[in-house]
Amino acid sequence: MGYPHKSHPKETVVLSQYFGDADARTFKGWTKRGGYEALAQSLKLDPVAVTDVVKESGLRGRGGAGFPTGLKWSFMPKEKKRPHYLCVNADESEPGTFKDREIMRWTPHALLEGTAIAAHAIRAEVAYIYIRGEFTEPWTIMERALAEANAADVFGDITIHLHRGAGAYICGEETALMNSIEGKRGNPRIKPPFPAAAGLFGLPTTINNVETLAAVPHIIKRGAAWYKALSLSNPKSTGTKLFSVCGHVQRPGNYEVTMGFPLKDLLYDMCGGPPPGRTFKACIPGGSSVPILTREETDACLLDYEGVVASGSMLGSGGVIVFDDSADMVYQIMRLARFYAHESCAQCTQCREGTAWTTKIMERILAGQGKPTDLDLLLDLSENMTGKTICVLSDSCAAPIVSGIKKFRGEFEAYLAGKRQPVMVG
Amino acid sequence: MADGLINLTIDGAPVSVPPGTLVIEAAKQAGVLVPHYCYHPGLPVAGVCRMCLVEIEKAPKLQIACATTVTEGMVVKTQAPAAKDARQSVLEFLLINHPLDCPICDQAGECELQDFVFQEGQPGTRYGEFAKRFNPVEDFGPDVLYVPNRCILCTRCVRFMEDVAKEPVLNVSERGDRAFIGIHPEARLDHPWAGNVVDLCPVGSLLSKDFLHKARAWELDKTASICTGCSQGCNITLDTRDEVVVRVRPRPNLDINRYFICDHGRMHYRWMNRGDRIEAPLVKKDGGLHATDWDEAFARVLAILRGASGKAVALVSPGASSEALAATKRLLSGFSWTGAFQVVMGEEAPLSGVPNLALRAERAPNAKGAEQLGYTRDYAQALAAAKSAAVVLVLDEPDCAVETDGALIYAGTVLGEDAACRRAEVVLPIANVAEEEGTFTNLDGREQRYYQAKPAPGMAQPAAWVLGQLAQEMGLAEVQ
Repeated sequence: MGYPHKSHPKETVVLSQYFGDADARTFKGWTKRGGYEALAQSLKLDPVAVTDVVKESGLRGRGGAGFPTGLKWSFMPKEKKRPHYLCVNADESEPGTFKDREIMRWTPHALLEGTAIAAHAIRAEVAYIYIRGEFTEPWTIMERALAEANAADVFGDITIHLHRGAGAYICGEETALMNSIEGKRGNPRIKPPFPAAAGLFGLPTTINNVETLAAVPHIIKRGAAWYKALSLSNPKSTGTKLFSVCGHVQRPGNYEVTMGFPLKDLLYDMCGGPPPGRTFKACIPGGSSVPILTREETDACLLDYEGVVASGSMLGSGGVIVFDDSADMVYQIMRLARFYAHESCAQCTQCREGTAWTTKIMERILAGQGKPTDLDLLLDLSENMTGKTICVLSDSCAAPIVSGIKKFRGEFEAYLAGKRQPVMVG
Repeated sequence: MADGLINLTIDGAPVSVPPGTLVIEAAKQAGVLVPHYCYHPGLPVAGVCRMCLVEIEKAPKLQIACATTVTEGMVVKTQAPAAKDARQSVLEFLLINHPLDCPICDQAGECELQDFVFQEGQPGTRYGEFAKRFNPVEDFGPDVLYVPNRCILCTRCVRFMEDVAKEPVLNVSERGDRAFIGIHPEARLDHPWAGNVVDLCPVGSLLSKDFLHKARAWELDKTASICTGCSQGCNITLDTRDEVVVRVRPRPNLDINRYFICDHGRMHYRWMNRGDRIEAPLVKKDGGLHATDWDEAFARVLAILRGASGKAVALVSPGASSEALAATKRLLSGFSWTGAFQVVMGEEAPLSGVPNLALRAERAPNAKGAEQLGYTRDYAQALAAAKSAAVVLVLDEPDCAVETDGALIYAGTVLGEDAACRRAEVVLPIANVAEEEGTFTNLDGREQRYYQAKPAPGMAQPAAWVLGQLAQEMGLAEVQ
């Protein structure tokens, strides 16, 4: 069952099988559907064996970076001398992304089960699930599910805590998330040390995304070979992926497809294409932090880690933002820049000052007060904001600016030349 | 790899440093100062200003020199075009919201933003007509003002209070370009070591109220000295403007005070500029003290000493140099002598993050030195002994309440009101700590030299010279 729409025949429904099915939220309903069998099975296995299965499956991080999950787990110290931690990144704040929210709303036990299996695999006794502050409904559901699962005593020696964020985008960055759990300001940390060496409370830590962990029970239950076979193009991208589609499509929502699925089919077949009488103009395929694709690039794009890179962007979080021909790309890009300027943690100079300056220039262009040199200035600032800071927030601000100017230069120039009605943005 | 050292090349110069050394520190050994703001050797690494970006061969992108540890064979290029461009862009970003109010800023002349912009910044701005961020000046504590407009958010002050003073009253408040240094709403920046944030601030954002608008940095002469505020022996610099001490700043000494001094020491300098100094030797004549020259004063002292025998008592300041204390002892060595000192006591105030560093309860710099030279802390007994002593010599204790039937000689900087020293046979004007060179021994027995920062007023001379000359005239052997 899909949500909010019925499953499309072209979908491969694994994670979203029970989306919309309220009974699956309960512990009883979940176990009736085969839940917690994978956990029971895993707890009987050696942690290394569990890690090997996940390694073999080819599962990669669904939070954005696409790092191989089994490999990440194997970075934890072989010899356990100190407590290990697992952090679950449920601070889904990337504009255009709402897949983890639905996993927690409909299948909270899938996340809890995956969390416990991962904790076992990395030999962590404590796992923290860091839930975005604005996620009030998922929080309530997760709380209830955790209470039920604890009452049924399914986690063995593993303790799972829910931790609620306070509304900062940057806390979705893994080390900022750890600082936040520790009660500190959510600032990203310099790396090294990497979390596997010194993470939460300075102890070895693994951090995984909600969608990644929700896939783990399926892999354990149905085998690495089954998961690995779910791949339409590149063997390095396996399994299914949830895509949150929003913007100018007829049926926005979450869709689960096999890796390598054509983006065009997702937008036209599943989402019903653009609103009547309109045509697509652009698409951001992986959450607001990745470069924008033109319509032509969108049409040719295959949805897996390598495919989206080949099209000139990144798979990212799978948040697909679609723009039709009515969209003002300059305005849209200003909104993105403003978001990053608002959310910059203020540590690194380039990000603190650069995101705000970029926003001011974008606002000036929209107001019809842009200068002929503004586009070059924006590109130069973006260059100075890329690859020079602790985390990638300023890079993320630069990505839509650079790709936007490159691909929609005409719209910018129309504002600069006074050929477009100025937009006053307060 | 010789002696377990790591060999690397920085701007073409080979250096060998211990494992674990940061590139920014290794660069100092190669004579290269990598521009930086947030890094400070006395604070935990933050890596936030991104100013110290350097090119390292084989690294995929520029690295910050302050958070990168050296590896064998590493090749660092601080002057690579990419690194210079990156630093230039950091300067540009820092300047868009930084007011160009250098002409009225106390930091001007010793400002790291000024220095590095001058060194490698660009001449113009591309920020154009956008307004700069504005926040009003805030009163942080007894001696600290915060000027947020100049702040570059390096967080040195936050880290000092959190990790060194261990009283985390400062933080970074807000996000993005709205960020500023915040203070706990119910707290003041009044930790006994809080003044260090002013020195740590690389720009003019944290200012000392005491030093506010007192001098421009380039008008100051700097002299290495030792703090006289307590027995810790912190290394300091005396900043003088036109022969007036206007500021005390810490001078790094990793074994004693690292990079810091306490606020008590920082403020303990006004007395060095006192206007009511004794400027000429005085001798008692017709029941009163009269100014004279050194020859007559010396003749009077020598006559007293040659004409007396038996007991002598020296009541000395524990703030006098070891040389002066030794000269006093030498001068009285022909007598059966007793030397004593008393120390003003206060509350001890440790700097939690640095072992064995505190404002000590003993508020004198050379008590240990006096003790080592044979002076006793039994001041009361010495006072009692003074009554029947043939000669009593008081060394810079202007309010000393001594009574004696013998001859009283006073060597000092000032005369106390209605004090015994006004009844002395001879008063010898001496230099204070800022006006002479000398040695103090701190509580751990470390002997440290201090130097002359300004001339002594009038005819005053260093006590060690005055008393040493007299001992010489007496033909007495030097004290070992």
